[in-house]
Amino acid sequence: MLIKLPQLSLVVLVGPSGSGKSTFARKHFLGTEVLSSDYFRGLVSDDENDQSVSDDAFAALYYVLQKRLSLGKLTVVDATNVQLEDREKLIRIAREHHFLSVAIVMNLHEKVCHERNRDRPDRQFGEYVIRRQRGLLRRSLGRMRREGFQQVFVFDTPEQVDAVEVQRIPMWTDRRHERGPFDIIGDVHGCADELEELLGQLGYVPQPIDAQPSGLDTADDPAAESLPAESPPAELFWSNNCYAHPEGRRVIFLGDLVDRGPRNLDVLRIVEAMVRTGRGICVPGNHDMKFLKKLQGHDVRIAHGLAETLAEIDALPEATRAADCQAIARFLDSMISHFVLDDGKLVVAHAGMKQQMQGRGSRRVREFALYGETTGEIDDFGLPVRLNWASDYRGQAMVVYGHTPVGEPQWLNRTVNIDTGCVFGGKLTALRYPERELVSVPAQRMYCVSKRPFLPEDSPGTELTAQQQHDDMLDAQDVLGKRRVQTPLQGLVTIGLENATAALEVMSRFAADPKWLIYLPPTMSPCETSHLPGFLEHPAEAFAYFRNQGISRVVCEEKHMGSRAVVVIGRDADAVRTRFGITSGESGIVYTRTGRPFFNDSELHAAFVNRLRRSLDAAGFWDAMNSSWACLDCELMPWSAKAQELLRGQYAAVGAAASGSLPPTLWAMEAGMGRLTGDEQARLAAVRDRFQQRSRSIGRYVEAYRRYCWPVESLEGWKLAPFHLLATEGKVHIDQDHVWHMETLAKICQHDPNFLLATEFRVVDLADPESEAAATDWWVELTARGGEGMVVKPYDWIARGNKGLSQPAVKCRGSEYLRIIYGPDYDTEQNLERLRRRGLGRKRSLASREFALGVEALERFVKGEPLRQVHECVFGVLALESEPVDPRL
Amino acid sequence: MLLSISTTHQPATDLGYLLHKHPDRFQSFDLSFGQAHVFYPEMTEHSATAVLVLDVDPVGMIRDGHLAKASGSPLANYVNDRPYVASSFMSVAISQVFGTAMSGRCAQRPELVSQPLPLTARIDVLPVRLAPGMVERMFEPLGYRVTAKRLPLDEQFPAWGDSPYYSVELSGTVTLSQLLTHLYVLIPVFDNEKHYYVADDELEKLLAKGAGWLAAHPERETIARRFLRFRSSLYRQAIRRLDEESDPRPESEEAVPQETPETELELSLNQQRYVAVLEALRSSGAASVLDLGCGEGKFLRELVRERRFKRIVGVDVSMAALENAQQRLRIETLSSTPSETERVSLMQGSLMYRDARLAGFDAAAVVEVIEHLEPSRLAGLERSIFEFARPQIVALTTPNREYNVVWETLPSGQFRHGDHRFEWSRDEFQTWARRVAQTYGYQVRFEPIGPVDETLGSPTQMGVFERD
Repeated sequence: MLIKLPQLSLVVLVGPSGSGKSTFARKHFLGTEVLSSDYFRGLVSDDENDQSVSDDAFAALYYVLQKRLSLGKLTVVDATNVQLEDREKLIRIAREHHFLSVAIVMNLHEKVCHERNRDRPDRQFGEYVIRRQRGLLRRSLGRMRREGFQQVFVFDTPEQVDAVEVQRIPMWTDRRHERGPFDIIGDVHGCADELEELLGQLGYVPQPIDAQPSGLDTADDPAAESLPAESPPAELFWSNNCYAHPEGRRVIFLGDLVDRGPRNLDVLRIVEAMVRTGRGICVPGNHDMKFLKKLQGHDVRIAHGLAETLAEIDALPEATRAADCQAIARFLDSMISHFVLDDGKLVVAHAGMKQQMQGRGSRRVREFALYGETTGEIDDFGLPVRLNWASDYRGQAMVVYGHTPVGEPQWLNRTVNIDTGCVFGGKLTALRYPERELVSVPAQRMYCVSKRPFLPEDSPGTELTAQQQHDDMLDAQDVLGKRRVQTPLQGLVTIGLENATAALEVMSRFAADPKWLIYLPPTMSPCETSHLPGFLEHPAEAFAYFRNQGISRVVCEEKHMGSRAVVVIGRDADAVRTRFGITSGESGIVYTRTGRPFFNDSELHAAFVNRLRRSLDAAGFWDAMNSSWACLDCELMPWSAKAQELLRGQYAAVGAAASGSLPPTLWAMEAGMGRLTGDEQARLAAVRDRFQQRSRSIGRYVEAYRRYCWPVESLEGWKLAPFHLLATEGKVHIDQDHVWHMETLAKICQHDPNFLLATEFRVVDLADPESEAAATDWWVELTARGGEGMVVKPYDWIARGNKGLSQPAVKCRGSEYLRIIYGPDYDTEQNLERLRRRGLGRKRSLASREFALGVEALERFVKGEPLRQVHECVFGVLALESEPVDPRL
Repeated sequence: MLLSISTTHQPATDLGYLLHKHPDRFQSFDLSFGQAHVFYPEMTEHSATAVLVLDVDPVGMIRDGHLAKASGSPLANYVNDRPYVASSFMSVAISQVFGTAMSGRCAQRPELVSQPLPLTARIDVLPVRLAPGMVERMFEPLGYRVTAKRLPLDEQFPAWGDSPYYSVELSGTVTLSQLLTHLYVLIPVFDNEKHYYVADDELEKLLAKGAGWLAAHPERETIARRFLRFRSSLYRQAIRRLDEESDPRPESEEAVPQETPETELELSLNQQRYVAVLEALRSSGAASVLDLGCGEGKFLRELVRERRFKRIVGVDVSMAALENAQQRLRIETLSSTPSETERVSLMQGSLMYRDARLAGFDAAAVVEVIEHLEPSRLAGLERSIFEFARPQIVALTTPNREYNVVWETLPSGQFRHGDHRFEWSRDEFQTWARRVAQTYGYQVRFEPIGPVDETLGSPTQMGVFERD
């Protein structure tokens, strides 16, 4: 006998001890799929036969069972299960997880059981035990189907048991292998005119069914096998014509084909033909099912537009009417509640589908697919108040649904409602998948008045999209605790609990509105230490790093000494409101590497953003990029403007202390030299020399920090040096090389050279020593002028070398600059010797992970993902930044 | 890091004997953080000067953990003033290099030990993290003439103002032992950090070195507190023991001075605030209470004492604050039953995020919290409390800006606390509160907290929101 088991089944083995359950389970299932009560007794007590620990053993078994079912794993429970309450418990658990329950009953003769137990020294309990179990089983047999098992298989002889074959079959809802492309159409409600027009716009053309579909190449489509053969309709009611797409696209109908509209049966005919020929997929709507009930002879209330559909039925020729109704009923009855498509990336259902229910089968799943969830309350319009499952949706799959008319399709947390109320005078909308494009045709007229207004003009004051309104408040559960973020560049990036804790504080107390924070820059590692005398860092090591990675070309960019700044700027405040959902009227922001707004003074802030925008406008940036916003990675100078506290409290202070103490010390030493002789004098001289050296170092140290300080008066004095054009609408510009970034930004900078600084750069061919030498000379010259140094980046924005993803950038800082990092005297040979021993591994690992998270944040934002998805990455960067690393690196 | 000691005592050459350091030698001493050098730039019958130079090895200092935890910028450990200033390093050097002289022993010139001599000490440079005038107020009561010259931060940037560093010259007729002892105790008092862990024996050190002069010093509280690096229990012991030494006074119940001057308010206002919020919560009949922004748990402690509250949860975004609160509450609940610890709990959370854990409470206290948020992010707090957590009653306090003029110490235009992002007038607060109440279905009433001025109102204002 063949047992077909759907993938999401809970298999309950039933039978007395010795009936062969475990043997059966071993034969047909994986060891990990079988949860045996004996095994769990052993697990909790070291004795598989200790009946006194049964309660604990079953508690553990149920726990594991629930974990498996919530992960969607087929599971077999190997216990006697002869008691009703045991089976009920299992059925309840299966239902909770929307699993099917299947009973496989070993109804073998008592003698067989005894014999088997006799051979097992650990099973020497009395015969009465088996007799009692057999008795319980016999009483259960008749009613098991009613207990809630979807399937019950009973075997009476060992031969029957041996003959069993088990075959796993996918769930009906599982169409993962179908990858589209699809055109998903919302509630039609009998609007056949609009449907025909929409299908036409989507490129479908009607053609006779027996004709070979043109251009539909099924040869290498694995799904083609499952397509029903082209055939004329089985019943005369159905159509001989079918819409087909020359490129083989297929339509998915989201149900509610009938009621309220003018041509309900025509809509059914169009859909049926497409489904029959494999050109369409249809899930049922609540209206379709109510209509089905009526056709099946049930008593249903004739309301909500069912009358219109029934009137069309009444108008059918009497001779064929009954057969037609049967044909329609068969078609409607064949519909599956919802589908999981395209490797699980797409879910379609009439009223939506929660993550936990996707791909599963139970009455509750079907009810959810048809009706969604309601609170049980009735709103002002007399309609049930719907629970917005989409606002809590956290699934990976895109869910496309309809059911509730909306003025415009609403994206929310990867779900989209495309029922744009055609029958109510709205429009009929299709979503092209995977393109995510929307195509609509307006209703030719209002066929029915909606009880609840849904068109935009009817609900004023909601300029933001549903997603933006939802994103106004992020949920703590999306950031708290240990987290794992999937990034294409670095795979899974883990954020530790302590790091998240620190980030929560910074994000809450200091950061800008999370809606602005679509990116945080990664940390940057320096190059390996140089062994050239007097140098801690030198370009040779930076070049060597990339050469070792197998990268042949790098870009050296001047490193400005200011403060890292991310600029998010819109073409105007409207653009920012539309794209970012920010309603404060601001049209841009400048924030620090920890997400803090740069300017506390809102006027200065606005002036700054406006000044930058003037150059973008003048450069024709918005049209050239076809975008109404941009995100730029920049350095903002002077350092002194933002680092006041640091300068006064630390840098200048150290200079002042040294300048106050070293001269009198040296003076005293000179005087002491005059008094001492011989060896005593020589020892003092050695110390004096060291102090003179320190005095010179302090002088150079003070010079070093002073170079990065100048006063700013309102907007005058500020300089912004953009070096990455990170993203614009629809694009994260990581596919462009750094030269493109430099040149694109330079074109903008030239419009306001007093304010915008184009970054100097050199391209270096790592195979050419001359090219390298030229860049080294440039670095020497740059740092001698007081420059901080340079940043060496692989020519391509994303560079994978022979060791995987390379560092996105490595810095090489000038010798004078390093005084303010490592201390004024760092460059004495004695100190250098000690400082050269520094580990870069941790810093580089952080840089890679933060880089991956930052890019992913942008990618998600550009794709229009919910803010929490973007925020998760940005929060992750901030969290990783709390990791302790040598701050001098 | 340069200490010069000069004398015009005749013959001045006695200085060499007193210091136990040979005038014709250059001596170096190894200390844990580097070296100390002693030599004489001047040594005549009329005048002699000895110098003690600290030679701190900044790189070694970090590697050997002498600056394990610096506050402030992450680079503070690497670029700092320690090699150039007279700090606790100097005290250590004095005690190790001039220990014999400080303890008042001198074999060759025993008669000079107890004889006040004309001495001058010069410190280049002394870091002074105390109010202006403190150098004088520290040394003058001990009989010194003080010349303290403050150095600019950077002469190229006059706008940055003065540095905290002084070149200090002290002249007086004291014994050398006294001079060294005063320097030993007072040098680290001016600074705000000690390079070593302050252990309990530090108290003994202070009392021993301060014998005979500290008890009568007008700044003894400051000296004790800062010498003991703000360890309050040690400090309290010190004051008590100093009091025994001078004329005994009853122990004052006055508040322990805070590390940073409490410009915010005097303590009694804090207490009044707690009383008012507590009363509001009590009268609502609430059994479960959230303390949102509980900080270090001072108000939680008040809540815990109220038996009517069956469930108390303190929420703060700062983990450091919660750790302190945990300490505080553990002490509070130590004597209580185990169920007590279940009654009270703490969790990290942010009012910038919607948080399901905050739902289902009868009441929430939001004491002096909103003014710590950027105004642009207040909307988040409004929603997280009033839309999502939605307790029956919310008691929310914030400063009344109008009242600030009453405090002379508060410069006009400044806030009461460094982290305040705004302070509202009564009108501003009430406008905000009424809008919030209306939006989320609450009724709000207002109460003053603290002394009420006829025109300015009270220092703190409270809004009590109750659900319709």
